[in-house]
Amino acid sequence: MNDRAHGAVGRAVPQVEGEEKLTGRAAYIADLDRPGMLHAAIVQSPHAHARILGYDVAAAKAVRGVRGIVTGDDLAAQDRMGAFIKDEPAFAKGVVRYVGEIVAAVAADTEAIARAAAALVRVDYEELPAVVDPAEALAPGAPLVHDDAASYVKVFDAGTGGNVCSRTEFRTGDPDAAWAQCDAIVEATYRTQAQAHLSLEPCGALAEIDAAGRVTLWSANQSVFRVQASVCESLGLPMTKLRCLTPRVGAGFGNKMEAHVQPVVVLLAIRTRRAVKLILSREEDFETVRARHPFVIRVKTGAKADGTLVAREMELLLDGGAYGDDSPGVLGYALLMQCGPYRIPHVRGHGRVAYTNKMRFGAFRGFGVPQVTFAAETQLDELAAKLGIDRLELRRRNMLHPGDPWFGGQAIRSNGLAECVDTVVRESGWSTPLPKSDDAAPGQRRLRGRGLALSAHISGLLASGAIVRLLEDGSVLLNTGAVDIGQGSNTVLTQICAEALKVPVDRVAIASPDTDGSPYNWGTTASRVTYVTGSSVVGAAAEIEKKLKQHAGEMLECAVDDLELLPGGKVAVKGVEQHAVSFADISARAHWAVGGPLIGTHSWVFDTKTFDPKRAVALGLPFAQIGIFSFSALVVEVEVDEATGGVRVVGAWSAADVGRAINPQMAAGQVEGAFVQGMGYALTEELVWDGARLANPSLMDYKIPTFAEVPETLRAFLVESDEPSGPFGAKSVGELGINGVAAAIANAVADATGVRVQQLPMTGERVLRGLLGRERA
Amino acid sequence: MSAAVTETPIATLTLDVNGEPVSVRAALSTTLLTTLRDELHLTAAKRGCNQGVCGACTVSIDGEPMRACLSLAQGCEGREVRTLEGLGDDPRLVALQRAFAAHAAFQCGFCTPGMLVAARALLERDADPDDAAVRAALSGNLCRCTGYARIVTAVRAAARALKEPA
Repeated sequence: MNDRAHGAVGRAVPQVEGEEKLTGRAAYIADLDRPGMLHAAIVQSPHAHARILGYDVAAAKAVRGVRGIVTGDDLAAQDRMGAFIKDEPAFAKGVVRYVGEIVAAVAADTEAIARAAAALVRVDYEELPAVVDPAEALAPGAPLVHDDAASYVKVFDAGTGGNVCSRTEFRTGDPDAAWAQCDAIVEATYRTQAQAHLSLEPCGALAEIDAAGRVTLWSANQSVFRVQASVCESLGLPMTKLRCLTPRVGAGFGNKMEAHVQPVVVLLAIRTRRAVKLILSREEDFETVRARHPFVIRVKTGAKADGTLVAREMELLLDGGAYGDDSPGVLGYALLMQCGPYRIPHVRGHGRVAYTNKMRFGAFRGFGVPQVTFAAETQLDELAAKLGIDRLELRRRNMLHPGDPWFGGQAIRSNGLAECVDTVVRESGWSTPLPKSDDAAPGQRRLRGRGLALSAHISGLLASGAIVRLLEDGSVLLNTGAVDIGQGSNTVLTQICAEALKVPVDRVAIASPDTDGSPYNWGTTASRVTYVTGSSVVGAAAEIEKKLKQHAGEMLECAVDDLELLPGGKVAVKGVEQHAVSFADISARAHWAVGGPLIGTHSWVFDTKTFDPKRAVALGLPFAQIGIFSFSALVVEVEVDEATGGVRVVGAWSAADVGRAINPQMAAGQVEGAFVQGMGYALTEELVWDGARLANPSLMDYKIPTFAEVPETLRAFLVESDEPSGPFGAKSVGELGINGVAAAIANAVADATGVRVQQLPMTGERVLRGLLGRERA
Repeated sequence: MSAAVTETPIATLTLDVNGEPVSVRAALSTTLLTTLRDELHLTAAKRGCNQGVCGACTVSIDGEPMRACLSLAQGCEGREVRTLEGLGDDPRLVALQRAFAAHAAFQCGFCTPGMLVAARALLERDADPDDAAVRAALSGNLCRCTGYARIVTAVRAAARALKEPA
């Protein structure tokens, strides 16, 4: 049993980087400087699809202060990167596949010179037919985005070929036969848009080469290890030739997980033998990094007259853009989460990712779940209406209860969903009817409504390690390799380590991730750091504790089993507090006399099978081992302006079953931030293409929520269900809070107006069209 | 044969930055943000969009919160430029820093310097802003992490703390 008496866990410890961030001293990638450093600028493709016939760099090279230029001719044809499908060169090689793709880069004495010279690079193109719509991309005779996609190296059975980037199919039960048992069936097609991550910090990187040809790379990233792998794959470098480090990261919501400009910057550093820094402009960041996948979602749900859900079928079509990136994972994960936290015995899910001539789409907070939840949770409201059952009651009747497995058969050991639902229902005043509108004249009213959505997310996936070292003075150094992207994982992991060793938080320092010195960590993504890396920290601390006790047993001349850790960094004979030795005494003994430095390590890979093969059939499963579910319930209240269709969220009550909140204040902050990001997704944010060209790559034309749009009431509630496998009972929180937002807002808009918007974002124009249609009907 | 990038005439200027006269070289088109970051190595102000929308570059010019990315360095001669680094132990800033820490009013911290400069200017002209006043004063500063509510709480908490006798 975890000892919680010490109190580092469960406390609102302020973020450990607070001082530097609040004084402006936190150094992000753009703030770094190296002696003799050059500045780089990129050249982007003006075409959606074209063969590169050649480059003329003479004019650019002639500019005073230009030190190096790289083009696709500097890349080897066989070197490609990709998390699931190795289909992407470091930057365009031979062919460009979207407008804005990087085709060359210039390093110069200043950024101004680099940008001016980049504009002088001439690329000779032969335009090729392009395809920008995913359905058209899959039609017979469509232009191929990749000539021979089937030949690429893949890490799973992706089914790649033609313009199919990947396909996945899951089934449980007998969905074909189950429809006959249903008394009510609803079916609809939903469409979601591309959302820009809009991490306030644009992407960038800085690379420096040493005399032996080894490169050190700093970048805005979510995993120094993914950066290392991607750069080495795309440049054909052995991993021993590249060391990756991280500065502070100005947020990453998935956009900084896979590579962006790191390969081009490393290549420039190798060619110029100088330090080179490249920071994208906001416009370049919009055009070349990545965005949330647009989905087309056909979903069909059937239930018995009493509301019992019987069957679900979901078919997905994802626009993957020009390269695979995380698309196969997003498709597979979206299908795994398609039922939401409900018992549905007969399910089929299938989908495809289409290559198109657009920028790549990839990981973004929620990883496909906001899309499928928008469809599935709004459909549940429609099903409830059809059955004449209250929408809350329908959910309570079908939601997963403790002991129920996830779709596909994985056991769930902690489930606080019912408490989440009870909490938001109580706190939002759900059972008190809302006045349906204000007193204005018809046509000018503000219509009010409430919506509800339930969702879930995983916590466990892939590998992690931790090293805990006792320094000579008995203080503690923790090293995990997990990048803190601003969400606070350095603080949370420090708290876990302090709790495990019963020392104050300020006695633990956390090392900055470094591929030379840190244990492997897949990445700060998939809401996994608290659970997966936190478990490594607990394991490494336990090893240190064992070593401390071995020393203490010899020093105190007693059996190891008779010893315990005391708060404040001591080991004592159980029940005899004065018979103790300090961590400092033990560490001095270890360093200078007996045994050597005290180092505790732990490493593991999450190995629970995604599906129970006896309960589910899977084809093209990108994640074979993924799980540990967190749960969420969300109520929103909206006002809809009858005259404009404009939707304003006035209240939001979001509850998250996080297992245990290591830092309740930060966990609540994740839930709040996710809500507002989800609100932007639901109502205003949309990347728009004019043909193949992104039409709104600027903050002037791409609208994220500001202070003005935040609801008057925004409340986060944490439910603690105590996950037995988690560090001090913790599960995940980072993504959970965004999953149900668009669905809950859509349900509230329908409650207010009777209008069902089946396409995101729910702009005033779309809602108004619905209102006008309702009047005609 | 090498060609120089043609830039608008470079002038040597004397600017008052954080209370000290500093000599900088700037072209007509050089923004204050570029001068601060690249020449003076004052990097608290961030380049988030470089077109005056995100507010991450907010600095104080003659006491007013301004976008350093939209201000030309040459236009700042004779004006008092204060960046977060130079506001140091200003009591309003200190109160805001404490409140931001206590209320977790930041996550990644990239928007935070601009947010603090803007919030400090608000507290200078309104010692007791309500929620609406805080939202209005900061509506030109974007944050993608926090969801904003904690920032409003923190600014109001700082205002309260400033009114308490020391």
